[in-house]
Amino acid sequence: MSGGVQASGAYTADEMMTVTAARQLTNGAVCFVGIGLPSAACNLARRTHAPELVLIYESGTVGARPEVLPLSIGDGELADTADCVVSLPEVFTHYLQRGRVDVGFLGAAQIDRYGNLNTTVIGSYSHPTVRLPGSGGAPEIAAHAREVLVIMKQSPRSFVPRLDFLTSCGFLGGSGERDRAGFPGRGPQAVITDLGVLRPDARAGELKLTALYPGVSVEDARGATGWPLAVADDLETLPPPEAGDLRVLRELHARTEAAHATPVRIRLTAPERH
Amino acid sequence: MPLLPLSESIATHVLDGASVALEGFTHLIPFAAGHEIIRQRRRGLHLIRMTPDLIHDQMIGMGCADRLTFSWGGNPGVGSLHRLRDAIERQWPQPLAITEHTHAEIGAAYQAGASGLPCALMRHYADTDLDRARGAQMRTVTCPFSGERLLAVPAITPDVTILHAQQVDRKGNVVIRGIIGAAREAALAARRLVVTVEEEVKQLDAPLNAIVLPHWLVTAVSVVPGGAHPSYAAGFYERDNRFYLEWDQIARDRGRFQQWMQEHVLSSRDHAELLARLRVAA
Repeated sequence: MSGGVQASGAYTADEMMTVTAARQLTNGAVCFVGIGLPSAACNLARRTHAPELVLIYESGTVGARPEVLPLSIGDGELADTADCVVSLPEVFTHYLQRGRVDVGFLGAAQIDRYGNLNTTVIGSYSHPTVRLPGSGGAPEIAAHAREVLVIMKQSPRSFVPRLDFLTSCGFLGGSGERDRAGFPGRGPQAVITDLGVLRPDARAGELKLTALYPGVSVEDARGATGWPLAVADDLETLPPPEAGDLRVLRELHARTEAAHATPVRIRLTAPERH
Repeated sequence: MPLLPLSESIATHVLDGASVALEGFTHLIPFAAGHEIIRQRRRGLHLIRMTPDLIHDQMIGMGCADRLTFSWGGNPGVGSLHRLRDAIERQWPQPLAITEHTHAEIGAAYQAGASGLPCALMRHYADTDLDRARGAQMRTVTCPFSGERLLAVPAITPDVTILHAQQVDRKGNVVIRGIIGAAREAALAARRLVVTVEEEVKQLDAPLNAIVLPHWLVTAVSVVPGGAHPSYAAGFYERDNRFYLEWDQIARDRGRFQQWMQEHVLSSRDHAELLARLRVAA
């Protein structure tokens, strides 16, 4: 099994990733959510085992309970279902920097063995081969969230021995460098890929393979990693997604597709209301 | 504070070489104003925005800007801004100098600008490659009370900030409802504030703590229904997610992009005509 969306029996690799990420979330946790797989995972968790999960999107929507998955971080669905809507400076200072976020979700184009992330450039900064979107909220989420969950597909191009650019800090050079720098958050505590889960070694901070999905071998995971991947002694094989989880996730996606296919219509002459 | 046609407002207040912040966070992005900037062939702008959106892809691709200050440059939930990438990777249609921040930094920089401070302070623990790339543009300082090392972010004070909002009343007070991003901070940091709104009303009927920009802070207002499309205006219309997906294909190719801009933006007299061409006008 290689990276990408691939049917493996009755579910896809994306679904297995999303369900695995959702399982990491405990009920009542305050999550700073990104768009895409993190948003799907958080909303799956909220609709299954963690109904009191608090979702904060960087658009300032606090306590959002979307019925359909947003395409962008600021879709109206998030504001309409939120407990409150605050400004962006407020969400980053009063909520994140003040230490009110339990879990931050991040993705990246590249990750290294210490969980440092690149979302800025491939190639050099001044003359990039590929210009990526950039920092967004990630560097502060990586610094301040009590823990960080990373979701990304595993391949030698993305799991690299050396980042082209360090955008967001994981365990830096390892062996306690993050702690010595004084970061309030504990850093990446799980990296959920399309093959399994990596977790940091408690002392060195080096990511180690701790779980595999059904039908995936250690060799598959090693082949998709650009550094010599350490494997935990108690490596486990995760069970496939439960039918209930898959049903909730697929309903969420179906509602989302239907909503995004609805054409937008704008009235150019407002009705006389006043 | 007179209501102006948008073409007049842009001609008067957005001059070649100006620093211009178009804000709004996914919501209320001032597309109509950006299109008018393109129609009037502004050059040498320093564009400022946390999340350069499709309108920035269009302004950059049409050669309006030679500098961009930003924190995240992508098509949300879709992928790249291809015109932005082409400008940075291959200097097309011209070189684009960039000043890059994080979201939190730009939010803080607007707040400092809006507060009359030279810089904002943020917590900082270790240098990233972005800190190293920026060199002397960013400095750390020591807190005189706690001794902690803090990041000093220089204030952002645009020559002009442009916002889209829901309503203006007869006096020129403007109300913004829903997701706000850093729009208020960007408005108060700027020397001039140009606003487009969905509609003019006698009274705003806004709660006391609502986000209202008082009329004497607003330099010019234009009524432009649908002025945020394909972004959205809460209470008026939804985000046109299908357009954001389509843009990925339109903007990939230089020729197709130029043709689309010619057929839609440049050959439309105003925003209403553009919306009619896009078949979203009801």
